[in-house]
Amino acid sequence: MLVITNLHANVGDKEILKGISLTVNAGEVHAIMGPNGSGKSTLAQVLAGHPGYEVTGGTVEYEGQDLLAMEPEARAHAGVFLAFQYPIEIPGVSNAYFMRTAYNEVRKARGLEEVDPMDFLDIMTEKLKLVEMDEAMLQRSVNSGFSGGEKKRNEILQMAVLEPKLAILDETDSGLDIDALRIVANGVNKLKRPDTATIVVTHYQRLLEYIVPDFVHVLAGGRIVKSGGKELALELEAKGYDWLLDEPAAVGG
Amino acid sequence: MSSAIDQLVSKEYQYGFSTDIAADTIPPGLNEDVVRLISAKKGEPPFLLEWRLKAFRRWQQMTEPHWSNVTYPAIDYQAVSYYSAPRTAKPLGSLDALDPKIRETYNKLGIPLNEQKLLAGVAVDAVFDSVSVGTTYKEELKKHGIIFCSFGEAVREHPDLIEKYLGSVVPYSDNFFAALNSAVFSDGSFVYIPKGVRCPMELSTYFRINAADTGQFERTLIVADEGSYVSYLEGCTAPKRSTNQLHAAVVEIVALDNATVKYSTVQNWYAGDEQGVGGIYNFVTKRGKAFTNSKISWTQVETGSAITWKYPSVILQGDNSTGEFYSVAVVNNMQQADTGTKMIHIGRNTKSNIVSKGISAGKGQNSYRGQVKVMPRAENARNYTQCDSMLIGNACGAHTFPYIEAQNNTATIEHEASTSKIGEDQIFYLKQRGMSAEQAVSMIVSGFCREVFKELPMEFALEAQQLLGITLEGSVG
Ligand SMILES: Nc1ncnc2c1ncn2[C@@H]1O[C@H](COP(=O)(O)OP(=O)(O)O)[C@@H](O)[C@H]1O
Ligand SMILES: [Mg+2]
Repeated sequence: MLVITNLHANVGDKEILKGISLTVNAGEVHAIMGPNGSGKSTLAQVLAGHPGYEVTGGTVEYEGQDLLAMEPEARAHAGVFLAFQYPIEIPGVSNAYFMRTAYNEVRKARGLEEVDPMDFLDIMTEKLKLVEMDEAMLQRSVNSGFSGGEKKRNEILQMAVLEPKLAILDETDSGLDIDALRIVANGVNKLKRPDTATIVVTHYQRLLEYIVPDFVHVLAGGRIVKSGGKELALELEAKGYDWLLDEPAAVGG
Repeated sequence: MSSAIDQLVSKEYQYGFSTDIAADTIPPGLNEDVVRLISAKKGEPPFLLEWRLKAFRRWQQMTEPHWSNVTYPAIDYQAVSYYSAPRTAKPLGSLDALDPKIRETYNKLGIPLNEQKLLAGVAVDAVFDSVSVGTTYKEELKKHGIIFCSFGEAVREHPDLIEKYLGSVVPYSDNFFAALNSAVFSDGSFVYIPKGVRCPMELSTYFRINAADTGQFERTLIVADEGSYVSYLEGCTAPKRSTNQLHAAVVEIVALDNATVKYSTVQNWYAGDEQGVGGIYNFVTKRGKAFTNSKISWTQVETGSAITWKYPSVILQGDNSTGEFYSVAVVNNMQQADTGTKMIHIGRNTKSNIVSKGISAGKGQNSYRGQVKVMPRAENARNYTQCDSMLIGNACGAHTFPYIEAQNNTATIEHEASTSKIGEDQIFYLKQRGMSAEQAVSMIVSGFCREVFKELPMEFALEAQQLLGITLEGSVG
């Protein structure tokens, strides 16, 4: 589904990603861990097409297409979804209107009919249950004045509405208490299908108890320095990252 | 900010066509004879001619104001034609006899002058260049004693009301442009709502400039008698022309005791092209006088014109009266807007509320200018002003000029202002959810304007939102 080959990316003059290679197949869950500032969010943003990052080398193939050549909205239409580490506030725009517009844009791009507000409300009622959110959230402005936890849940709500093929969750667990964490993780698990894939960026092993990864990669200094199975996460939890930082860069799996 | 937010290409102005119709246009130039000629063409009573002449003489002694934050080449007032009316076989004002070309023009503008096809519950007075070409739903309104007609007709049919209220809120000597308007105004709309009547439908005037090199000087007078209510809408467009055209209108509102008047404008005059060639110079005086317990509410969405100079104001004359001003002003390309309001608190316990949303894109310059004045007798006057600016790109500007003057120390005056930049991160977030850059900007801007849009009647709110999208189209790359 996703093949990243030797990806390099800059912010300004500073190189952040220094040759990332990673293959994600349908049905898989990949966890990306690593110290602060190692480039995890940069990787997520580059995959989604943020214009603030400059790709200086490498390729990304998504379902046989050149992902890097696509506009961000085209990537969204093709099923790429990023749950932001820091969700953005859009004052004055209701969550319901925002999500309906997004939903309809994705449908239109796929040649499907738009859904009217009444039908959309029915869809939302279902999706809200998935993340155990209150209907009142729909009338509030997008992320404005939301608590940290509400913002993260709202991201997963959007994911539930848009039903992406490739979901990238950037530290969706940070700032969540244990109950919220379980709700969010359950939501993500329920959305998993054999033809979808998930990349979970996280600091903590905690989330991975709920969303069990098939592969764990450690990103440090803009490179994947180690890859392994879910047991690697436990090892990292016990030993931290320092022991990895001196090792030569491994080739990602 | 990086590449995404600097490219500027404005979408074609949708209403830029012109109608080829024979017109009765007087030659350019302005002197007393022209004033007399206009008055004679309209068959006006002597009191009105006298009033016009006083205004003209006053205007001659005045100089064009230059305190606003807009720049433009000097206007040659002798190069403007002050009267142009479509020449038709039948008398104007009757919808049945309306020239098909004019009917077609309004159809193209989305304003069918056909009562069956009209938006339910909106009566329209259509002003084409200098004259009103027809008013819909007149008979229906008459049943309630409501007068809604062209200004010219009101002068003929209800001279007593005109004589009593004309200039009672905006005297002819008020300012340079108001004086000019008072001397040469050609037509406009007149509304009278009798005591205790709640107007059963929205009233609206649709102004269309068609002829080249003419000015449009219309005058609207709304009188809401005691305990009445009316909601009035105003829309405007003009053809694309490479020369600047002058629009100097006056709107007067009288809200007698316990009356409520809501006045909404969606202003979409031609704004000129990306280089700033052509476009309407919009110099407008709008003011209401609110008597005891009455309320006047201005809502405006200003998207057009090369230059906008207008300050819809309320004189809070009576005790417990309320004035409101809700404004969205958008400038793109080379547009300049200097707009705001004046709230003059004279009565006790008077209240005013100001919400101004300025959006600047391209090389547009947007200024909010607002005056809040509390007179000595105005015990417990309260004002709240919120003034927000949004910038799209790096080449535009937003400016705020609040003038606050309290002569009574029981006054409460609050002023809040903010400036924000439409963020690349906001646009990216919406794009990541599948929206185009233009949809994203339109959504962010609509959200920014929500407090104002919610004051507009439903159909107008949708139109305003779309207009905003069109005006800003191409403002992000
Ligand atoms: N927009 C930006 N401007 C400047 N530096 C940035 C920007 N985004 C990320 N960086 C830098 O890139 C590095 C990686 O950041 P990030 O990808 O956010 O790391 P992580 O998500 O792993 O904590 C950090 O050194 C960070 O300071
Ligand atoms: Mg991060």
